This record gives sequence, C-alpha cells and structure tokens, in this order.
Amino acid sequence: MKPRVFAMFVAPSVLMMLLFIAVPLVSVVVQSFYATVPVYEETEVESCTPGFLTQTCTRERRSVPKLDAAGQPVTTTEFIGLKAYRTLLQPEAAAAAFASGGIAALLSIDFYGALRFTLTFTLITLPLVIGLGLAIALALHEMIRKLRGPLIFASLLPFIITPVIGALSIRWLFIGDGILTAALRAITGLPISMFAQGWTIELLMLTYRVWHAAPFAFVVFYAGLQTLERDALEAAMIDGASRLQRLRSVVLPHLTPLIVFVALIHLMDSYRVFEEVVGFASQAHRISLQFLTFSFLTPDQTGNRAITRAAASSMLTMVGIVILLIPLLLRTWRQRR
Amino acid sequence: MTTKALRTPLSLRLLAAGFLAVWVIVAMFPLVWTAVMSFRAPVDALSSDPWAVLTGPATRRAGQGLTLVDLVAGLAGLALILLGRRYGARGWIAALAACAVLFWLTPMLDGALHLPPIFGLTLTHYRAVWIDHEFYRNFLNSLIITAGVVTVSLTVGTLAGYGLARTRSLVAFWILITALIFRALPHSVLVTGYVPFFLASRDLLMPLWNAPILGPLLHLFSAVPPTFYGQPWAVIIVLVSINQPFTIWMMRSFFDSIPTELDEAARVDGCTHLGAFLRVIMPVMWPGVVTTGLFAFLLAYNDYLVTALLLDAQSQTMVPAISQFLNSDTKASDQIEAIAAAVSITAPLFLLVTVFQRQIVSGLTAGAVKG
Repeated sequence: MKPRVFAMFVAPSVLMMLLFIAVPLVSVVVQSFYATVPVYEETEVESCTPGFLTQTCTRERRSVPKLDAAGQPVTTTEFIGLKAYRTLLQPEAAAAAFASGGIAALLSIDFYGALRFTLTFTLITLPLVIGLGLAIALALHEMIRKLRGPLIFASLLPFIITPVIGALSIRWLFIGDGILTAALRAITGLPISMFAQGWTIELLMLTYRVWHAAPFAFVVFYAGLQTLERDALEAAMIDGASRLQRLRSVVLPHLTPLIVFVALIHLMDSYRVFEEVVGFASQAHRISLQFLTFSFLTPDQTGNRAITRAAASSMLTMVGIVILLIPLLLRTWRQRR
Repeated sequence: MTTKALRTPLSLRLLAAGFLAVWVIVAMFPLVWTAVMSFRAPVDALSSDPWAVLTGPATRRAGQGLTLVDLVAGLAGLALILLGRRYGARGWIAALAACAVLFWLTPMLDGALHLPPIFGLTLTHYRAVWIDHEFYRNFLNSLIITAGVVTVSLTVGTLAGYGLARTRSLVAFWILITALIFRALPHSVLVTGYVPFFLASRDLLMPLWNAPILGPLLHLFSAVPPTFYGQPWAVIIVLVSINQPFTIWMMRSFFDSIPTELDEAARVDGCTHLGAFLRVIMPVMWPGVVTTGLFAFLLAYNDYLVTALLLDAQSQTMVPAISQFLNSDTKASDQIEAIAAAVSITAPLFLLVTVFQRQIVSGLTAGAVKG
C-alpha cells in the first residue's frame, strides 16, 4: 500500500487520537503547573453598628474578589511551579511520618493512601484472576460439548455487566443485615459488619474485581486450550509424564503468551480501579488514584473544581502506570523486532 | 490408542464439574438475587431471611403478586414460545401475538375471580423509577450516546484497521505501539484535560468565530460557539477517542486474517484501494465489525467516569444517574428503587450476551491469539 493511500485510511483515526488523547495529555502537563485563581483586591471597608448616642464604626482592610462589569469574578492564571505536587505529596509530613516509622500516618495522607490501595489492589488481584481463569478454562475443557455453551454464557455475565452495577449488586448482598452478612454471622457467631471498617470493604472490592475480571482470563485461556495439539500431549504421555507434569511442561508453556497478554490487560485495567470505590461507597476508608483525580474534578459546594490538583494527581497516576508497564512493553518490543 | 489413555479419570471429571458448578453459582448469584429483590416490597427485599426474599410474604399480604391464573398463563406463554420456535420466524411472531392476547386477558380474569396471590411480586419500584423519576430520559441519553459511539468508532476504526493491516511500514508499527500506550492511560487523566476546555469552550473558540473567512461560515451553524459541557455529541467524540486504540488493534488483527489475495485480485481488475475496500472487503468484514462494535457498545454503555464529569443533569446517562437513588436514602423504598434501576440497566446487557455470545467470545480471543 502506498504511503499516501495508507495515510488516507488512517488519517481520521490518528487525527482523533491526536486531538482527543495527545492534546489533552499535553494540556494536563501544562495545567499542573498553573493555577487559575480569582483576583483579590484590598479595599478599606467601614462597617458601622448602631450604638448609644453615636454609631460605633470600625475601618478595616479587607481583600475582596475583584468583579468585572458583568459582576463575574475576574480570574488570573499564574505559574505555581511544583506547588500542586507539593500539596498532594506533602513531603514534610511524609518525611516526618517516615522518621517516626508511622506507616499509618503516611497512609492517612490522601495520595499515599490511594497509591497504596491501587498498587496492592492491582498486584493481589493479578495472580487470583489468572489462577481462577485458568482453573475455569481447564475445568470447562473437560466438560461435554453440549454443556459448554450455557456454562460460557453464565461465566460471561460478571464480565459484561456495568462495573458500578456489579459492585452494587455485591454490596447489596452484604450491606446492613444483607443475607450474606447474616449467613456469615450465623456461621462464625461473630457480630460481623462488612461496611464498618476499611479492610473488610477492601476485601469485598478485591472479591468483586476477581469476580469481574476472571471471565475474561477464562475465555482467553479456553480459546488457547482449543489450539493445543494432541500430538504434544501424547508424546509427553509416551515419555511417561504424569497428568500434573503434562500440565506444567506442555499446557502451561503453550498458554504462556496468553498469560502475558491477560496480565498486561489486567494491569492496565485494575490500575485504573475506580468503579469499586463508587459502587461500595468506600470513600471514607479506601480511595484509588483515579478516584482521587475524580474527586478533584467534581465541583465542591461553591461549584469550583480543583483542576490544578487534578492535573497533578493525573500526572502522578500516569507515572505509576508507565513504571508498571515498562517490563511488559519491553517484552512486546523484543518480540516484534 | 491414545484417545482412551488421554481421557480424564472420572474422579477428576467430577472434581471439575463440582468446581464449575460452584463458579456458575458465584457468577450468577449476585445478579439473580438483585433481580429478585427488585420485585419485592422493602420489608421482604431487605430481610435477612433468604426465604422471605424469595417468596415475598409481606409483598403477598399487601395483595401484590401472582395468582394461580397468572402462573398458568405464564407457563402457557412459555410453552407457546417454545412451540413457535420450531416453526421459524413465522412461528415466533404467532407465539408472541398469542402471548400478548394471553397477558391482556389475564388481569381481567384475575379481577373477575378475586383469587389471592400465591407469590409476592410487585412492579411499584419499576414504576417509581421509570415514571416518577423519569428514568426513561436517562435511558434515551444512554441510547443516543451508545449509538453514536458505536457508529463513529466503527467507521473511523475500520478504515484505520484496514490501512494498518495492509502495510508493513515502520509508521504503522509506531501507530500501533502508541495506541497500546494510550490504551493504558487512566480515563481520569484524559478527562482532566477535557474539563477546563469543555467548561470554557465558548470563550476559547470565540476567536474562530471572529476569524475573517472561517467566521461567517461558522456563524451559519450558530451565532456563538457552543459550550461542550453537557453536550452528548461532545461526549460521543471523547468516548470514541478513548476507545479508538482498542478498536484499531482489534480491526487490524481481524483484517490480518482476511487474505491479501482478495483485494489484490480486485486491484488487478482495476479497483483503487478504496474501491477494493468497498467492494471486496466490506462484504466479508461484518463478523469483525460486529465484535468490535460490541466492545464499543460496552465501553459507552458502562461508562461512569466520563459521563459523570462531562454531562449535566439533563443529558445524564443511566449509569451515573443511579447515584440519585443511592444518595436519597431516606425511605426504605429508595434503596429498592436503586435496585430496580440497576436491574433496568442490566437487562439490555443480558439480552446482548444472549444474542451475541459467540461474537464476544471470538472477539476476546482474536485480540489475544494475534496481539
């Protein structure tokens, strides 16, 4: 295909990605160094209160927002350097927490708490999702053909469902005297309440993500099992390999590229954990990096959005995903070469 | 010889079957249970006794539920559909028509016989959600945005996917790698880039409207530049762009599987590249398009973050709109209304899996096996 024709075919797509992904990215970088603030001006205000015989008057200097002709506050955009990053990272407080060995103090700073949650969330769910997906795929591979269709259908539901709704549906089973909480109480005899403390909510969030992401891993591995050659298995049998040995040295190596693929997608997806925080309403206990940015972007009571801080937290979030992905990207790069 | 030797022993098979049974229950249970709760009066739905949730005694006592006549009618309807299915499309239509008549007659019969309900079941929460809270508006917004995203995404992505699959240049490779990196970006990062521009787009675009040649042309469309915030079409463009990296990867791997000889033959016959694409490739590309379209649908329909931040209350889609039911937690029925809204959102997805299960599976695997 000639370069000119190729350019014609890809132009709309590339243009869209440039305009709506690359440009916003650059704008986020710039925004994180600039703050738009209303202009204040110092005025002398005389306020009087009625008193006996004469009024009591006080004059004071007050800074009030400057208004333009239309009565809107005048704003100015100024360069603030790394200030937004500093408000997020709070280096002094973090250093103090480190010095006194207080991890809890460090994690009580929003950003570090979110970082801790996002990373552990990503790294704990990764092996669980791959393991469960593999187990379902291997088990389904043993089933008779007629049963496979309905089983795949049932397995796909957690994957296809709207993430917020999926999280909510699990929350409703546990909230208050929900039936599963009641069942847990009956079994353990303990006064369990799943939404009273952070770690139980986190446990539910991890459970939800494994439930939601395992079907994807399962379908990919299941497709991989279909292309497994019988000859290799038979050769291993003749060599006297046991069932477990065959799984380890024939089946798993065959699936390795797929496991890497699933791991890559899962890292990307679970690093942007967000819907769980909304669905389980865990803001008070656990937040994720993406939720931190989201909360800065949501207007507060006065209708203001903390754009600069959102930009700074976006930048830090992005640095994290790049670090996580570098090993996997390098691998893909070497394979392509 | 080996087919028998390779066969799994019975004990292992039973283990696999047991494991799958547990998994299927775990996979379905939260969804099925939520659906059941949505049809019950609050006392039943929030009960900690599972039997009460299943049968709904309080709902039944309130006089709402299915009578014997309803149950018989329901079974008859099911039987009709199963019977009609055997006779193809005409059978389907006949069965559905018969069901419609049946379900139109049942309430009258109920009214005449004054039978007490056997099972508790109520539609009040659905009525409250869809009519009182005007959820149909959110449904229409979701419909517009989803349809827009799927159409634009596929049009743009198919062309790019074809171009990328039919060239081996270094540029194509770099486009794909960049797309992969873009795929990893958290959506909040991009939205942070959009929000200030969307809010201030009227002021920011004003110079374009005052420009010498372009200005009068733009004035034909509107007197002042639009504010992007709260505009469905702006969100459609945003979601299409976010989804574009995935779309081009998927379409490329699909076009890779269509032999090059096909378009080469067309080109020998005197077609241009675009002509070959339109006449030869388009007729065979539909399976790939359907699959990619499904994933665009899921992204747009399931989105919370982008739509919550870039749309206002009037143009809000269903998923973020559910928070209005969650936050107004004053009455017991509020929570059940949230549940009914959740089930309403899930129902179309359920239909989607039923119809397109094969395409979803092939789509998930196509990306994996080649990517």
